[in-house]
Amino acid sequence: MITEAIQERETYLNASYGIKSWLLTKDHKRIGLLYLHTITFFFFLGGIFATLIRLQLLTPKGGLVSADTYAKLFTLHGVIMIFFFLIPSIPATLGNFFLPLMIGAKDLAFPRINLLSWYLLVIGGCFAMYAMLAGGVDTGWTFYVPYSTNYSNTYVIATGLGIFIAGFSSILTGLNFIVTVHRMRAPGMTWFRLPLFVWANYATALIQVLGTPVIAVTLILLIGERSLHIGIFDPARGGDPVLFQHLFWFYSHPAVYIMILPALGIMSELVSVFSKKPVFGYKVVAFSSVAIAVLGFLVWGHHMFVSGQSVYAGLVFSFLSYFVAIPSAIKVFNWTATLHKGSISYATPMLYAFGFIGLFTVGGLTGLFVACLGVDVHVHDTYFVVAHFHYIMVGGTIMAYLGGLHYWWPKISGRMYPEGWAKLSALVIYLGFNLTFFPQFILGYLGMPRRYWNYPDEFQVLHVMSTAGASVLAVGYLMPLIYFMWSLRYGPIAGPNPWGATGLEWRTSSPPPAHNFDVTPIVTTDAYDYAALAAMEEAKVV
Amino acid sequence: MSSHTELPELQEQFETPTQQKEASTLGMWIFLVTEVMFFGGLFLAYTIYRRQFAGAFGLASNTLNVVIGAANTAVLICSSFTMVMAVRAAQIGSRKALIVFLILTILFGGVFLGVKAYEWNEKFAEHHVPGPTFHLEGTTAQGPAQLFFSLYFTMTGLHALHMIVGEGLMLFLLWKAYAGKYSPSYYTPVDIGGLYWHFVDIIWIFLFPLLYLIARHQH
Amino acid sequence: MTGHIASIKSYTLVFVALLLLTLATTLVSTIDLGPFNVVMALFIAVVKMLLVALFFMHLRDSTILTKVVVGGGMLWLAILLVFSLMDFGTRGWLPVPGK
Repeated sequence: MITEAIQERETYLNASYGIKSWLLTKDHKRIGLLYLHTITFFFFLGGIFATLIRLQLLTPKGGLVSADTYAKLFTLHGVIMIFFFLIPSIPATLGNFFLPLMIGAKDLAFPRINLLSWYLLVIGGCFAMYAMLAGGVDTGWTFYVPYSTNYSNTYVIATGLGIFIAGFSSILTGLNFIVTVHRMRAPGMTWFRLPLFVWANYATALIQVLGTPVIAVTLILLIGERSLHIGIFDPARGGDPVLFQHLFWFYSHPAVYIMILPALGIMSELVSVFSKKPVFGYKVVAFSSVAIAVLGFLVWGHHMFVSGQSVYAGLVFSFLSYFVAIPSAIKVFNWTATLHKGSISYATPMLYAFGFIGLFTVGGLTGLFVACLGVDVHVHDTYFVVAHFHYIMVGGTIMAYLGGLHYWWPKISGRMYPEGWAKLSALVIYLGFNLTFFPQFILGYLGMPRRYWNYPDEFQVLHVMSTAGASVLAVGYLMPLIYFMWSLRYGPIAGPNPWGATGLEWRTSSPPPAHNFDVTPIVTTDAYDYAALAAMEEAKVV
Repeated sequence: MSSHTELPELQEQFETPTQQKEASTLGMWIFLVTEVMFFGGLFLAYTIYRRQFAGAFGLASNTLNVVIGAANTAVLICSSFTMVMAVRAAQIGSRKALIVFLILTILFGGVFLGVKAYEWNEKFAEHHVPGPTFHLEGTTAQGPAQLFFSLYFTMTGLHALHMIVGEGLMLFLLWKAYAGKYSPSYYTPVDIGGLYWHFVDIIWIFLFPLLYLIARHQH
Repeated sequence: MTGHIASIKSYTLVFVALLLLTLATTLVSTIDLGPFNVVMALFIAVVKMLLVALFFMHLRDSTILTKVVVGGGMLWLAILLVFSLMDFGTRGWLPVPGK
């Protein structure tokens, strides 16, 4: 039992005080918390736009906002959620906090670059907020030309610059993670003893480093076209608008794997610890993360089936898109096998994990629908696609993120969150999510286009269901915000390993000291060796 | 950690200087890969449009001064040579040679940028800058000809920007070298600065033939 | 980088080779080789790149990891170019109007 109060022991939280000690910190744990605040802000900002969208779509004729304003709403919702929430989310918060701990290191390889990454996200965010407050941007988060370059009268350049700068935040995080995993592992921490969360963040980092620079140069070309009319995407000069789409999606498709891979890593951790079993097929799951990262770069043309891309290319991209589903499916099978005959606990993180498995499977299977060239001609730019990616991004990533946040909260804060409220909000989120997005599959299949501010009367029932779901979902998301903050003051104090998990992060105190480990750990066991953990605990008692 | 107090250049998060050097070097190489992908987008645009508008691109390319372009390429290669000699000087602990070679590298880089500025100025004077005043003699394909120059200015412009950053890095290394910060046991910044410099040279090694030598067999 | 110190002579040889190759590529471009002009230009550029990378950037003496990183970068550039050209190069191949 922990008898001393946290305040008496030196932790990364009380090692130094004052705003400068946070804004100039090199501690990966503090930087993780800086990111946590930033992305939480952007999540709720993006959520406000989602609320306005759903309110507009309550009635067929709209009436809440004009068509032009509606275009700004869905654009800002997409831009903020993707570039300023989802892409940084898990790697920059939980990854930053736990990667060094999990490998037994004192910090990341480049702590100052880590801090710079955070500042870049914030500065990029400032550009995006300026664009938002000055009048918004209405091109859709995809910025397709020639609308974004020749016709839109909104703040395209400011938004583009914001994303450009935030992109470097992502690149530097990825670079830092790759070097850290290669060069900073503790003695005995071989590649195949790494927690699967580390493998997932490593694979994500590969994508960040290889893909993001392409959208960086694409945004420069976009800005050049819009401001100087360089002609590169302009048919009047011989330019090709489809070139923009190739350059854009070369990054933006792998970007969706940046958004889901870390979540898949969290899932492996949760499924293991809450069934008290090693992950079934560890090596296969580890390699599947890398496979997703690699294959994810070969399929981007499936966003362009109806763009004017050649049919031959469409065929190749469609065919390859089926392969990228395989490693994801493998993970789901392996988690299921992990659960089999496990000692299952229904703590909140596990509830999120269960929710993830179902929702991610639906999202993944509907991905196969849209990967099929013929079907996609019918459902492209409809709510079917919107539902598909929200099942993955929200039903998948956000559920896993919340699961991870609850799981690691005691380690981060030294406090437990209130289990009853947490279970309730997990349920509210799950129900709200399905009510919001399942009707959208039907809407899309029936022909409701995306990005439309109004619709025929016969779609109203489904839209009302979706909006009702969104209000439930909003309540569900607000609850953790409240009780996590509550727990910082009033939550029960947590010990070093409240879940009985393996993993080096649980061998140090909650919260950890600034330097992570009093003695550099020497690793002798596999990642999910619960038997060894039990033996170690027994030896301590004796 | 006592070794951290004995070795002030050893950062807190690393256990040994070797680990620090390996991590820094790997980090720079990964950064260079991101640069490959960054310029790669431009090379893609160039490839697509050159295939489609070979005639106009050839004509536009021939208005560039190939002698100046080739000479400038040689200047940059000289700067890479002096850079690698600078790294070698640091490796063997020769502070004076390191300083001299860094200064030479900076000078060669400066010459390159100066010549580039001159070339750009020529293009402005000849109305080969894309925009309302653009005109290229000898072709009706004014649009594609402008595309060539858009790519020319964007690619050489971004390259020049990277050169300017490189000059800044070299000045930083020079300052530290002058202060005696580098020795055979610690010269990593010189090493990885060199990697960056050579990479920018490699980009130009491709830009020169792709921009200047498209259709030199046709006058 | 293993700290292995190369000789001034080897650096000078590479330097001279780079200058000669620059001259070569300029002269070759004045001869009409049809489609092989661009092949020659790229071939010489690649050789120059390899000389700079292997000798000036010490890739030859680097760890396998470094070589994998560089190879990966080249491969990813190739993916970007090849897969995009797969679209632009095959427009009109299949008898579907407009594509």
